[in-house]
Amino acid sequence: MNSSVIQEVEGRAIPVRGNDIDTDRIIPARYLRAITFDGLGEHAFEDDRKSNPDHPFDDSRYQGASILIANGNFGCGSSREHAPQALMRWGIVAIVGESFAEIFLGNCTAMGVPCLTASTGEIAKIQDAAEADPQRKMTVDLKEKKLIFGDIEVDLQIAEGNRLQLIEGAWDATGMLIEGRNAVREIADKLPYVTGF
Amino acid sequence: MGQSLFHKVWDAHAVRTLPSGQTQLFIGLHLVHEVTSPQAFDMLRERGLTIAYPERTFATVDHIVPTSDVVRPFADEMAEDMMIAIEENAQQFGLSFFGLDDERQGIVHVIGPELGLTQPGMTIACGDSHTSTHGAYGAIAFGIGTSQVRDVLATQCLAMDPLKVRRIEVSGTLGDGVYAKDVILNIIRNLGVKGGTGYAYEYAGSAIEAMDMEARMSVCNMSIEGGARAGYVNPDQTTYDYLRGRPYAPSGAAFDRAVSWWRSMASDADADYDDVYHLDGSALEPTVTWGITPGQALFVTEKVPALTDLPDDERDVAAEAYDYMDLKPGTAISGMPIDVAFVGSCTNSRISDLREAARVVEGYKVADGVKALVVPGSKSVLKTAEAEGLHHVFEDAGFEWRGAGCSMCLAMNPDKLQGREVCASSSNRNFKGRQGSPTGRTLLMSPAMVAAAAVAGEVIDVRGM
Ligand code: SF4
Repeated sequence: MNSSVIQEVEGRAIPVRGNDIDTDRIIPARYLRAITFDGLGEHAFEDDRKSNPDHPFDDSRYQGASILIANGNFGCGSSREHAPQALMRWGIVAIVGESFAEIFLGNCTAMGVPCLTASTGEIAKIQDAAEADPQRKMTVDLKEKKLIFGDIEVDLQIAEGNRLQLIEGAWDATGMLIEGRNAVREIADKLPYVTGF
Repeated sequence: MGQSLFHKVWDAHAVRTLPSGQTQLFIGLHLVHEVTSPQAFDMLRERGLTIAYPERTFATVDHIVPTSDVVRPFADEMAEDMMIAIEENAQQFGLSFFGLDDERQGIVHVIGPELGLTQPGMTIACGDSHTSTHGAYGAIAFGIGTSQVRDVLATQCLAMDPLKVRRIEVSGTLGDGVYAKDVILNIIRNLGVKGGTGYAYEYAGSAIEAMDMEARMSVCNMSIEGGARAGYVNPDQTTYDYLRGRPYAPSGAAFDRAVSWWRSMASDADADYDDVYHLDGSALEPTVTWGITPGQALFVTEKVPALTDLPDDERDVAAEAYDYMDLKPGTAISGMPIDVAFVGSCTNSRISDLREAARVVEGYKVADGVKALVVPGSKSVLKTAEAEGLHHVFEDAGFEWRGAGCSMCLAMNPDKLQGREVCASSSNRNFKGRQGSPTGRTLLMSPAMVAAAAVAGEVIDVRGM
């Protein structure tokens, strides 16, 4: 099987509560002053962690967790891929939330980090359960679109295109887009601004 | 049933359906800046890829550029490394590059239109969420992440799902002291910061049609703040008049042929929309944000809302905002003291913004203890402003007159808030820590309102000045 295939993710959960958590909070802009993504993991949520000593990213119970459980409009704000890169480099491999900002979701998918959604009530249930038993593993199944955690079983949503990209290992789009190069030339040649009006 | 501009542009650029069901979409114009591109160029090198259509990518520098001391090497070594990276990448891959010593340098979303690169009917992408700005010209413009920057460089394409289209009709006439910024802040306030998820916003109606291109850009710029990945205005005579004579716009007979194609790409009168929303532009007042999301906005005559005034799902964030902003529900926003006044950013740093701010401050002085700065969006805006003597108006009033760049919009350069400072800002984001201090506070408003606040030392209704 292609090593990019992502059909199921298993790991411990880390709930990060709150709506509208923006990319400036996920990775403050000062860490964008770099020409690589190296080392971003340790700065994930840096300012939130400083102002809140109980932030889950600093909580010993969640160290080694890999499935982030978020609320609404997670990742709103800038297009910086540094935000999902920081989370991924901290150890996050999948995110389940109420809703995601679009560019953030696109960035995660392009990095092979699945983002799936569930209702407000179900997310609250998952967050409560993960806080009650931080050592227990949960499974996010992309084939069945389900999250299984002990006796909790929740249906998840994900855009079908993104799901197929992930389960077929085609989330890195470059190769696929290159294959279409002749068709691209044909479209370009039909656009008057390309041909010069 | 007719089609909207969004669907016409989409269809004209759709290359094929990918196995995932997504569309391979051709991108007509790709803009690049120093922050989100170095890793993309590295990925190309690692994979041994070249740039498919180098003539369709243009690069500049804006985010990290110091606006007071641009001597190289920069004092900030990391900023210098980023500068070197984009210079070398542009050269190695043969891209047009408007660097620091180029008269065309400026914020990527200011220079694209200024140079006539941005045109109706195009698809545009840039590794920056405010790429939606270019929609003012009737283009479909997307902010993308670094992996997608790599895709566009390597293939001139993106893998995307289509968006739904919401038409937002702003009727009536804007009152005195009410600007495009107030229109978009109220749209976000009413539809919510995630109300636009899955949509492109089509802005229309008499208040939008009456706007000049710069004002339309301010509206489209903040589409992303309302959750909409793209926002646009149908091209019209105002658009064509703006583009005529720009360096990269077609000229002569080609310009006329371009206009007829541009017209054909505009939404049909009987176009079908997924949603329509109305806003009465005549009823709007100067607007200010009080919280930590751009949707937490109110008229300058209003009071900070109580939790019970807000829908359930906004209450947690409101509670967080009271705490962070140190504001109590029921407090009038007018009279809130400020420490810093910032006129700048891709939302409001164009010549019309500077003229409005200058008109307000002329003959006044910046209040004691307030640090005020004006950062033009591009070198060209700076030059025009200086030719009109606006820099003297600002400097006489006690503003600092700076070089072009993003500056205190996100504070990746030396311009930063300190500690708990409160900033009246013409930028687009009031997120926690956005302006460079993890505890700094931002109040978003129009440039005229920023100018008024600078003079008063507190939030004040510009209509009373
Ligand atoms: S001015 Fe601000 S929002 Fe605009 S591109 Fe620069 S940093 Fe981004």
